Amino acid sequence: MDGVHDMGGMDGFGKVEPEANEPVFHHRWEGRVLAMSRAIGVFRAWTIDTSRYAIELMAPSIYLTGSYYEKWFLRNQNLLVERGLIDADEVAAGHALRPAKNLTRGPFTLADVEKVTKRGSYSRPAPAPARFKAGDRVRTKNIHPTTHTRLPRYARGRVGVVERSHGAHIFPDSVTTGKGEDPQWLYTVRFDAQELWGAEADPKLKVSIEAFEPYLEHV
Amino acid sequence: MAEHDHDHSGGSNLSEMELRVRALETILAEKGYIESAALDRIVELYETKIGPHIGAQVIAKAWSDPGFRQALLDDASQAVATLAPQVGNVGEHLIAVENTPEVHNMVVCTLCSCYPTDVLGLPPTWYKSFAYRSRAVKEPRAVLADFGVALPVETEIRVWDSTAETRYLVVPMRPAGTEGWSEVQLAALITRDSMIGTGLPKKPSEVA
Repeated sequence: MDGVHDMGGMDGFGKVEPEANEPVFHHRWEGRVLAMSRAIGVFRAWTIDTSRYAIELMAPSIYLTGSYYEKWFLRNQNLLVERGLIDADEVAAGHALRPAKNLTRGPFTLADVEKVTKRGSYSRPAPAPARFKAGDRVRTKNIHPTTHTRLPRYARGRVGVVERSHGAHIFPDSVTTGKGEDPQWLYTVRFDAQELWGAEADPKLKVSIEAFEPYLEHV
Repeated sequence: MAEHDHDHSGGSNLSEMELRVRALETILAEKGYIESAALDRIVELYETKIGPHIGAQVIAKAWSDPGFRQALLDDASQAVATLAPQVGNVGEHLIAVENTPEVHNMVVCTLCSCYPTDVLGLPPTWYKSFAYRSRAVKEPRAVLADFGVALPVETEIRVWDSTAETRYLVVPMRPAGTEGWSEVQLAALITRDSMIGTGLPKKPSEVA
């Protein structure tokens, strides 16, 4: 979707302001939100792509003014209700009002911590031979799906070079719309800045994206 | 008196977010989805165990051991896995990109906040900021100036937008004047930002 989350190349957000000796969490609740996000992952009620899409679907006013972990909290709460793990009246009450439905496993405990602090694997067996190889000139498609995609707006309809292949990975555009993992080849595609930003762009700048095969066509 | 204290600790100083987050955690615990002690442990890991010191150990080894450097550039997940006894387990799809006198690498996620957490911990707020996400792919030299970094105009800048599950770790250039340094000494020069590409390693004089 062409949402406010797709920020590459936008102007007006001001300077980048690093914070010296920044704490990992600025408030205790931020750590709890992060931990809940990780923990609830073991129930496999949704995937990493769905969790991103849920944040993209928030109203622009919320996306732009909510803090990072406020959005994570809203995302968690919304998805937990939407997927039926908890109910809206329980959120209002601040307590469980009935037992969990279809609990497929026991609670997330200390023994489960290690498996959620190590990143998982998103590689999948390739369903078909790769259409592109390193060195190929490709053009990204000019697509504007109204659902989740990982092809940023600034890199649509642009000519670049395939730099490397990463094998086939879960395709976010499919998994977020209920069409399954639908693995697709994933490539690093490199662009000259002038292709992306015009003749005035830095001639010594190159930018790459990670592009799934359905985003690309031969030039 | 005790009752009076108890009333206050019950929440008069808690923010609305703290209350809402506590309520959600309570619901999840009461319904049997989570144990709060396990959440404590996750927070503790990110506050004390999973951070940029891991990446610094990896880079220091790459600076010291040509075989490891090559292995890291060939397959960073595999190479870092061989250091697991020291640095813990890392996930898949980690890619190391090396700075040279000709090319400076910089990592961003314009669409959200993808970051190599296995080796750098949780991202700093600036990495997730709209300013960084919007500008890094268009005017990285101006972004570097915000960090006090100025590169020669002839240096190519290569920006990696992390739009999938691959995660990028920048291998900064080893500073001059560090010949014969141990990996532990070298690691002290390697900042988080130098492994994202918005900073350079410290100079030997800065840690002496």
